Amino acid sequence: MADLLQQVVSGTATGGVYALLALALVLIYRSTGVVNFAQGEMAMFSTFVCWELLDRGVPYWGAFFLTLLISFAGGVAIERLVVRPVERAMALTVVTVTIGLLILLNGAAAWIWKGEQRTLENPFTNRTFDVGGVVIAAQDLGIIAVSLAIVLALWAFFQRTTLGLALRASAVNPDSSRLHGVRVSWMLALGWGLAALLGAVAGVLVAPTQGSFDQNLMLPILIYAFAAAVLGGLDSPVGAVVGGVVLGIALNLIGAYIDFLADLRLPSALFLILVVLLARPQGLFGREAVRRV
Amino acid sequence: MRSALRIGGFLLFAAVVLVLPSRVSDFRAQELALVGIYFIAILGLNVLTGYTGVISLGHGAFMAVGAYTTAILVADHGVKDLYTIPIAGLVAFAAGFAFGIPALRLSGPYLALATFGIAVSTPIVIKKFDNLTGGTGGINLFESPDLTGAFFGVHVLGRTLTFNDWIYYLSWTIALALLVVAWAISVSPFGRALRAVRDNEIAATASGIWSASHKTFAFAVSAFYAGIAGSLLAIHANSVSPGGFQFDLSIKLLVGLAIGGLGALVPLAAGAAFLVYLPNWAQDLSKAPGVPGVIYGAVLIVLMLVIPGGVGGLLRRIASPLTTRLYARS
Repeated sequence: MADLLQQVVSGTATGGVYALLALALVLIYRSTGVVNFAQGEMAMFSTFVCWELLDRGVPYWGAFFLTLLISFAGGVAIERLVVRPVERAMALTVVTVTIGLLILLNGAAAWIWKGEQRTLENPFTNRTFDVGGVVIAAQDLGIIAVSLAIVLALWAFFQRTTLGLALRASAVNPDSSRLHGVRVSWMLALGWGLAALLGAVAGVLVAPTQGSFDQNLMLPILIYAFAAAVLGGLDSPVGAVVGGVVLGIALNLIGAYIDFLADLRLPSALFLILVVLLARPQGLFGREAVRRV
Repeated sequence: MRSALRIGGFLLFAAVVLVLPSRVSDFRAQELALVGIYFIAILGLNVLTGYTGVISLGHGAFMAVGAYTTAILVADHGVKDLYTIPIAGLVAFAAGFAFGIPALRLSGPYLALATFGIAVSTPIVIKKFDNLTGGTGGINLFESPDLTGAFFGVHVLGRTLTFNDWIYYLSWTIALALLVVAWAISVSPFGRALRAVRDNEIAATASGIWSASHKTFAFAVSAFYAGIAGSLLAIHANSVSPGGFQFDLSIKLLVGLAIGGLGALVPLAAGAAFLVYLPNWAQDLSKAPGVPGVIYGAVLIVLMLVIPGGVGGLLRRIASPLTTRLYARS
């Protein structure tokens, strides 16, 4: 029993990181209808920015919030520069642009930071707590706490501010929002900025858990985040968070308890998601699309 | 008039394909063969994405199915490489059909994840079942020199071709044949039904098209193309290994399709050429870590901003006033 709880706790921490990135994917998907393949690389780039700031002697939390600011600006800039011109093109064109961004950012990070392994400071202590036989690392608790704080802040922003309302409105009905004076195009840019910010948090939290990292830090995590977002329902922020945590726990449990599947963790998790989707094609929390013909 | 233009374009393309090897070095022929192989896979993806509107992020997996079918048949069962090509296509067709039956009930991005899932899982699954697939090291076809043309060249029609010329002509002959098949699909009632499903699935269903079965069949056909391409890839490289079938292969095919132009036919060859030559060209410009990636990504983004419809879309835009004029006069 203690062993099971152990797996669940550490799964929740990794799941929290997937949830942040999944939430970033959902933010962009809801407003533009496109899955952003560059999301992981944007997060990786932010992680390097944070590393650079720390390397230049900025204290940790200063560097953390500065990274979020830079990432937000970067996300807005990317939307303005390369996504906006293809806003009205086919989905395949937009997807290809984000694939181009993925390759570009990965290359740029390898170029700027020499493709070497770096280590990012762990903001939490390395202490562990023993709760009834379950060993809980302070780092895991920290990751869960920060993820939770970010998700709640975002929720408050969307539900309790006028700007958040405008963002939601332009995702649901762009034409009608425009008539009400919402600058829909800038709302999309804002969405990209927020997604970049979420990615930055995910990257900065996950990098210390990996020991060292390079420009390929986020590629595997993006796959999990994509799976988590789809599991929860691509248009549902709540779904993204639940999907991320469920996936994190499920991956840990499969790895720990089913020997044959230990190497096949990822394929079996994806298979389970496929089964879930067959029962609920719109994801766990997604809304079924009803269209007029 | 428009069909005359199309047939003329096809014949010109076929003529260029025929004479090209005699104009370039042996090594170039081998690179061009690779273009032909990607062309086949992209043609297949186009049947699915261009005609039916279903985006697949997993066609690399069906290329792996084709490649491993060929490798296993040649290395373990002593079948001559040429004969394994149609078998590889059929096995991939069956795999595509089996996958399509459940998956094509999903829509849009959910289906994309399902296909992405098989692309991501492919190398992991190949490594797991190593007694069949040779695990991480893969399978070499070097041990069967009698069954492949890799060492002694190939005798065809009283002439001896070098291996590179042989694989070139083999790939491109198949590519041209499958190009005609793709065209035939696009003008057939089946192709029309696919387009109806793409443009409005609900209206198509209301008009009596069983969209799930049409989509599943289109998926299987495109998997067949991918299987053939994978089989040729195995013969081309004389070996297979899981490293060659990571999920970026599937992404590459999608990029090739976007560059070639969704719904186009001959221009898709430009997308295939892009996949083969752009990375090499970026490597030639600079070998500093990361720089080739920066160049590749930047070129891809700029191309999409300048020609969002790909080369096919560009040609259509250039040709449309002309063809309309010619059409009006006749």
